[in-house]
Amino acid sequence: MPTVAPLDLEGHCVAAVFLGDVPHFALADGAVHRLDHGHKTVQVHDGLLAAFHDAANDRLITGGEDGKVFAVNAGGNAAELASAGKKWITSVAAGPQGAVAFASGKTAYVRFADGKTKQFAHPRSVEGLAFSPKGMRFGVARYNGATLHFPAAEGKPVELEWAGAHTGVTFSPDAAFLVTTMQENALHGWKLADGKHMRMSGYPGKVKSLSWSAKGKWLASSGAPAAIVWPFSGKDGPMGKAPLELGTRGNAMVTTVTCHPSQDVVAVGYDDGMVMAVRFADAKEVLLRRPGKGAITSMMWDKEERRIAFGSAAGDCGVIDITA
Amino acid sequence: MSEAQTQIPVTVLTGYLGAGKTTLLNRILSESHGKRYAVIVNEFGEIGIDNDLIVESDEEIYEMNNGCVCCTVRGDLIRVVEGLMRRPGRFDAIVVETTGLADPVPVAQTFFMDDDVRSKTRLDAVVALVDAKHLPLRLKDSKEAEDQIAFADVVVLNKTDLVTPDELAKVEATIRAINPAARIHRTTRAGVALAEVLDRGAFDLSRALENDPHFLEAQDHDHDHHDHDQDHHHHDHDGHDHHHHAHPSDIHDVTVQSVSLRGGEMDPKKFFPWIEKITQMEGPNILRLKGIIALKGDDERYVIQGVHMIIEGDHQRAWKDGEKHESRLVFIGRELDAERLKKSFEACQAA
Repeated sequence: MPTVAPLDLEGHCVAAVFLGDVPHFALADGAVHRLDHGHKTVQVHDGLLAAFHDAANDRLITGGEDGKVFAVNAGGNAAELASAGKKWITSVAAGPQGAVAFASGKTAYVRFADGKTKQFAHPRSVEGLAFSPKGMRFGVARYNGATLHFPAAEGKPVELEWAGAHTGVTFSPDAAFLVTTMQENALHGWKLADGKHMRMSGYPGKVKSLSWSAKGKWLASSGAPAAIVWPFSGKDGPMGKAPLELGTRGNAMVTTVTCHPSQDVVAVGYDDGMVMAVRFADAKEVLLRRPGKGAITSMMWDKEERRIAFGSAAGDCGVIDITA
Repeated sequence: MSEAQTQIPVTVLTGYLGAGKTTLLNRILSESHGKRYAVIVNEFGEIGIDNDLIVESDEEIYEMNNGCVCCTVRGDLIRVVEGLMRRPGRFDAIVVETTGLADPVPVAQTFFMDDDVRSKTRLDAVVALVDAKHLPLRLKDSKEAEDQIAFADVVVLNKTDLVTPDELAKVEATIRAINPAARIHRTTRAGVALAEVLDRGAFDLSRALENDPHFLEAQDHDHDHHDHDQDHHHHDHDGHDHHHHAHPSDIHDVTVQSVSLRGGEMDPKKFFPWIEKITQMEGPNILRLKGIIALKGDDERYVIQGVHMIIEGDHQRAWKDGEKHESRLVFIGRELDAERLKKSFEACQAA
C-alpha cells in the first residue's frame, strides 16, 4: 500500500523535485521548502515563475519575477547565476556541460558553465526553452513555430515553422524529435532529420505537462481526462498511430504526468489533487494519493524509483512512498 | 471554492501617447482607496512609483489557429496573468495598460477565449483615455484611435482645459457618434473619480446594463445627438470663418458606426439563430454589441454582449411590474448594414 507523507504549504507549488534524495518544493512566492530531517525553508526569489530540474548536476534552475536566475542545490544552497533586469524570467532550462538557458521577453540567454553569457534576440516572445540531449543545441518555442540555436558555434539558427502560438518545447531523449505545446489544445512535433510534421490534437484542454518514458519510447501528456501517451518508438514517431489513454476519469482532468525512470509506467496527477500510477502494457491503475485541495502541478520520481515528490496549486505537497 | 468568488477583475486602459494614461495609472497606484492593483505595462516608462506589482510585458498578438481571422489573443497577457494568479493574495485587481497604437480587441478577447485566464479573472471594463485637443488629428491619421473609443465602456475625455467649450462639445459629439453606449467623463489631468473607471462590471452580464440608465439614454437620445451634431456644423458654418469650412467635418473621418435597434418581445426560436448568424457572418465588422432582450413567454430579462464573433448571453433579472417588455440592441462596428440589421431584427419579434 502506498503511503503519503504530506507537507502542507501556503501557495502554488511550481516544482517538486528530489535534490540529493531530499524532496524540495519550490513555491510561486520564491521560497524553496525541503523535508530534510524536518521542514526547512530558504527564500530564493521574490516570485518564482519557472523551474527546471537539472538532473546531471542534481540542482534546480529557477527564474523569477525579480529578473534573476538561481541554481538551488541539495540542502537549500541557492546561487545566483544571472540577472536580466526588471523583467520577468519566464522560462529556464538546463543543458549539457553545465549550460543554462533562460528567457525574458523576446530574448533567450545561454549561460555557460564558465559564467559567459550569450544572447539570442527573437522577433517575438520566447515562450519556451529546452536543450537537446545531444550536442550544444537548444530550441525556442515561439509564435508560428520553433527556432533551434547552436550556442557554442556561430551560424544561423534553424527555423521550424508551424502556424499558431507555441508555448513550450521538449526534445525526445534520442534528440530525433522536437515537440511543442500550443496555445490551442494540441501538440506539434517535428522529426528533426527531415522536418516532417506531426500533429497531435484532440485534447479538450491545453497541454501543460509532457514527460518522456524510459528511453523515449513514449511521450505522456496532460490536457485530457486521461494521460494521453503517444508512441515514439517508430521512425516517424506517432504518425498514423493512436495514443494510449491511461488513467481515464469522468470528472477530473489530468494536469501533470511524470514517467517512471525505467519502466513503462506513468504517474498521473489530476486537477482535484489525485495521483495514480498507470502501467502502459495493461493500463492497470494504482491509486497513490486521494484527491486533495488543489490541482497537481509537479511530480518527480526519486532515483530508487520508490518515492514520488508532488506539489499542488493549493500548496498541499508531499511525498508518496509506493513500497511502504 | 467557486470560480466566481476568486475571479479577479481586470481593467483595460487604452489611449494614445499623451492622452493621460500614465497620470491615471499613477493615481490608481498612489491614491488611498483600500485596494491593491497589479499593473501590466508595455514599458515601465514614466510610472514614477516603485511597486513590485508593476509588470513589464511585450505585447504579443497571437492569431488562433481556428480559421477565424478576428480570433486574436494577447499571448503575453496569458502568461503574465497566470504568473500573477499563482500569488493571488497580493492584489485585488489588475490593470492592463496598452500601447498607444494597440488594438483593444485582442486584450479583451484574451479574457473570453483562454480558459485558464477566464477561470481566474474577469474583464471588468475597457477605459479609453482621449486627449480632447488632439483627438480630431488622431482620428484622421489612425484607425486605432477610433477603435479604442468604439470599444470602450468608459471614455475619459481628458485635457479639456486645452480646448474651447465649442471644441469640447464637438469632440464629445464625435465620441458619441463612434460609441453611443460608453460613459464619457470630461476631465483635466485625468481627474476622474476612480470609482468611475474601476470595478465597473461592464462585462458582467448580471450587472451589465443594469442600473445603467446611460445605455437606455444613449438609445433614446440617439437622434438628439445627431441633431446636436448638425447644429454644431451649422453653427460653425454660420458663426465663424472656420478653417473647417472647406473640409469634410471631423465626423467624416469616423468609419465606425453604431446601429441601435429597438423592438418588442422576441421569439427565441428566431432571435437566437439570428444573432448567431449575424455574429458569424458580420463578426469581423462587429467591435462590440450589447443588448437587453425581452423574450416571449419569459418573465426574465435576457442580456447579451459580444466582441466580434464571441457572444455571451444570460438571464439577468425578472421584469419589474409595469416595466415595458422591450428589446434593445446596439452594434458598434464598421460596414454594418443598418437597414438589413433593423429589418432582420424586427423579423425576430414574436407574432
